[in-house]
Amino acid sequence: MKELYIQLSRHRVLAVTAVLLLFPWVMPYEALAVNILIFGLFAVGYNLLFGYTGLLSFGHAAFFGIGSYFTGMSIVYLAMPWYLAIVVGVLASLVGGLLIGFLAIRTRGIYFAMVTLALGQIVYYAFYKADKWTGGENGLRGVKVAQIDIFGIQINFVDPITKYYVLLVFVVIALWFVSRVLASPFGAVIEAIRENEKRAAACGFDVMRTKLLAFVISAGICGLAGCLRALHLSIVPVDSLHYLQSGQVVMMSLLGGMGTFFGPFVGAGVLLYLEDVITTLTKHWMAIVGAIFVCFVLFFPKGIWGTILHRTERRLSITAHEELR
Amino acid sequence: MSKSPINTGRRSAIVAGAATAATVSVPSLFSIAKAQSGPIKIGFPVPLTGPFSAEAQDQVRAAELAIKEFNDTGGFNGRKAELLVRDDKLNPGEAATRTLELIEKDKADYIVGSLSAATQLSINTVTKERKVIFNSISQSDAINEVKDWSMYTFHEALNPHMTAGAVARYAFPKFGKKIVYLTADYAYGHEMVRGFQRAGKEFGAQTLEDIRHPLGAPDYSAFLPRIQALKPDILVLCNFGRDLVNSAKQVTDFGLKKNIKVITPVLLYTSRLAGGPEAFEGIVGGTSYYWGIESTVPAAKAFNDKFRAAYGGSVPSDYGALGYAGVRSVLTAVRNAKSTETNAVINAMRALKYNFYKGDQYYRRCDHQSVQSVIVIESKSKNMKDKYDVFSVVSIENPDEKRLRSCDELGHKA
Amino acid sequence: MTVSFDLLAMQMLTGIALGAIYALLAIGLSLIFGMLTVVNFAHGAFFMVGAMLGVYFFTLTGNFWFSLLLVPLITGGIGLVTERFLVRPLYGRGIDYPLLLTFGLSYIMIEAMRVVFGVEGIPSSTPDLLRGSVDLGFGGFPLYRLFLIVVTGAIILGLWLFLEKTRFGLIIRAGSRDPEIVKILGVDVAKVWLIVFGIGTAIAGLSGILASPTRSVNPEMGVAILAESFVVTVVGGMGSLMGAVVAGLLVGVVYSLTSLFAPALAELSIFVLMAVVLLFRPQGFFGKAGLMS
Repeated sequence: MKELYIQLSRHRVLAVTAVLLLFPWVMPYEALAVNILIFGLFAVGYNLLFGYTGLLSFGHAAFFGIGSYFTGMSIVYLAMPWYLAIVVGVLASLVGGLLIGFLAIRTRGIYFAMVTLALGQIVYYAFYKADKWTGGENGLRGVKVAQIDIFGIQINFVDPITKYYVLLVFVVIALWFVSRVLASPFGAVIEAIRENEKRAAACGFDVMRTKLLAFVISAGICGLAGCLRALHLSIVPVDSLHYLQSGQVVMMSLLGGMGTFFGPFVGAGVLLYLEDVITTLTKHWMAIVGAIFVCFVLFFPKGIWGTILHRTERRLSITAHEELR
Repeated sequence: MSKSPINTGRRSAIVAGAATAATVSVPSLFSIAKAQSGPIKIGFPVPLTGPFSAEAQDQVRAAELAIKEFNDTGGFNGRKAELLVRDDKLNPGEAATRTLELIEKDKADYIVGSLSAATQLSINTVTKERKVIFNSISQSDAINEVKDWSMYTFHEALNPHMTAGAVARYAFPKFGKKIVYLTADYAYGHEMVRGFQRAGKEFGAQTLEDIRHPLGAPDYSAFLPRIQALKPDILVLCNFGRDLVNSAKQVTDFGLKKNIKVITPVLLYTSRLAGGPEAFEGIVGGTSYYWGIESTVPAAKAFNDKFRAAYGGSVPSDYGALGYAGVRSVLTAVRNAKSTETNAVINAMRALKYNFYKGDQYYRRCDHQSVQSVIVIESKSKNMKDKYDVFSVVSIENPDEKRLRSCDELGHKA
Repeated sequence: MTVSFDLLAMQMLTGIALGAIYALLAIGLSLIFGMLTVVNFAHGAFFMVGAMLGVYFFTLTGNFWFSLLLVPLITGGIGLVTERFLVRPLYGRGIDYPLLLTFGLSYIMIEAMRVVFGVEGIPSSTPDLLRGSVDLGFGGFPLYRLFLIVVTGAIILGLWLFLEKTRFGLIIRAGSRDPEIVKILGVDVAKVWLIVFGIGTAIAGLSGILASPTRSVNPEMGVAILAESFVVTVVGGMGSLMGAVVAGLLVGVVYSLTSLFAPALAELSIFVLMAVVLLFRPQGFFGKAGLMS
């Protein structure tokens, strides 16, 4: 049992991929599965900054939205092929991450959350007002990708199952990338910064640069999630950029388990599925989601997956040396 | 770690690649073929939660009425209709997801709904792609334009040009030529201004100034002195919902109504209730429906009575009536076409001439816009017979295709 | 568009009235942060609750002054309960947790108000005594907004006196500078934190009811203003009363003037202001030096 656990955590990308492969068959409808996939990736990118580096950003919707809009605009105005549009979207969110990160990293501690929120709102209002390009309040429409050609094979992108697996390819690549980052020396440094920033600095690490790099990488992953969302919905709604959207990904991260690899997907899945279910039962889903979140903050700060991992590790008596979350 | 990360990565890439290849080569198991038996399903995404939930709930009630009527008169080929109501939270992303759910999971045959420009456009994007009929029941100018439109798109509701135009044609000859606009600075506000100006040309109306305010601005005191100084005959509040309530209130507080007639393109029943009689006193606006026209329009009386009977004496609101008509049009077309097949129903809707609640209507060929009457109302604060009696009907503009933007203007080739 | 001096003066005064509300909100936020190091993400929600309850009681009793006294007591009370049972368990866990908790709390508060008062919002009106406008030489300025400026000034003065001249105020100032020492000196810090949180949320509710005649009162009214309060607090400097006041007025005026010249950029302008301040002075104008400087 213990061996299985250790093997699974060593090959975490594989394990997660296996779960995600089977996922759409378990969900009541495909669009929900795709949504969970996309927001799961969004949460993974966010978790890199929040769970692993310990920086609470409340403006990450900006990168999600930038990725969505730039991919969308490339397709609508420049008629770019979809894969190039994704590259453009990711690049744009990396640049955005650099600019916003540069301004935000200068602030310390709890200021960071407020500053990122406000900077994110700048992006929101900017895109809102530029309605000639972005469609403003109505969102960007017309991001049509009906058919994809991969090496001569024609793939019908409109079919939801096909769409899921195509998007899954990108998600898996991103996950693999994140896993490598976390397993690298850089990954160790960001966790060190989370645990004790002063000590990390004393050990000689360039804390500011590391934080900025983590911020930018996280922005890129969230941007990629945004690109995928644009392709999925064929529109980009303007409130992808609002701080309430940032708040949603924060909730997903915490609910799932900050600082765990699979936690973000659990968080995204639970939150989206719950919202779906609760909405059919009552109008007051906002209060219920808020209450659940408050309970988690108070009693289960490790999140669902984090708590499960914690309990499992205790039961299997896995030492700190062997664990690899 | 004994295994190097590279192996793990390669392995997962291979697995993912194989899975994808396997899936795309097999025809999808989840085809979207619609059932030929069982209930006729109409998906109904509306914002049940959020600032317009009151309107949305009215839409649902009225739509249920249309469904019940259809079922009580035999349905179609023994099949009954069913309304699948979903909450889109006034959020375009959510609206798209719900519509996808309705089509994929619930196998809805047709979609009727929406209560904002943004959500209807996003619903339309989905229905366009999936080749499902969508009858939109809220205002939008963009949905008729060739960029967003498709043959599956129908627009039961009014668009800003129609409402602004009707109000302009009533107010400008009556109250004066010097106009000031207080406009919410976004696409919808600009559309309204254009509608007014276009109609105003006929009367020699002169725009003194078009003052833009940020959307959702809580405080208009910055603009009101300027408006007073310009001494216009008419002040047009080109904003919507809460902005309208806010600006109406502050315009009243500042005493602008003494010398200036205040008009607005769309005057909603719920805005009037939220703002109160004083704030809205004397304000003239346009609407797709007000129950008060029943004194002169027999179809309205019939509709109102049906609604009163079903819902304990309350009357349908503007958006409610649209919910009713939107659903009833589709179901009537199904009967006329003697089929539920999409293309047949589209042709039936194109040929449809109907009078469900306020007079004759039909869908224009090039953009499926429902050509219909526009009602101009004035808010009152005295002599209100009951809590529903908040407006007096000052004018009903008859349906006229010439009042719409032309097909060419919208980009449709004849 | 020709801009006369009169117009400019009107706009500035309007900006100051707007800024008065911002200043009050920022003071509440700053107090709570300075003392407890907690960012109250529900501050906008408390503002909203204050506004809604204010309108409700005013409509019910017809007495604005009574509502003005009652509402802060209620929101302060809610704040006390929040601190005692929701925030207190989180101390020592990391600075982000109270922020997250109050974020979740704001969801609950918004929905609760929807349940109680409906989603439409409730119509608010100006008290009869304060209606109409005053001719200030450059135009008619609404009396209520003048009242707002004056009352806010009085409240701020009162707060300043409280902090400077009373013993409790002394504890608050000391506690925001160095909580450890204050604890060692034998002060029951937990009680102080409880009361400060209550004062902060009471002020938030008060600014809500004060703002209610000037804007639409609905459950979502706190969402945007929260972001704006953050801007004010960052610009002024967290934990600084003076900073909150100066920055609040500045932000109000900037918004007002931008509405005049380039309304499309009005909301953007205050966030850009914050970005600029961050570039050159990340701690804000008066930040980092305790509460009263």
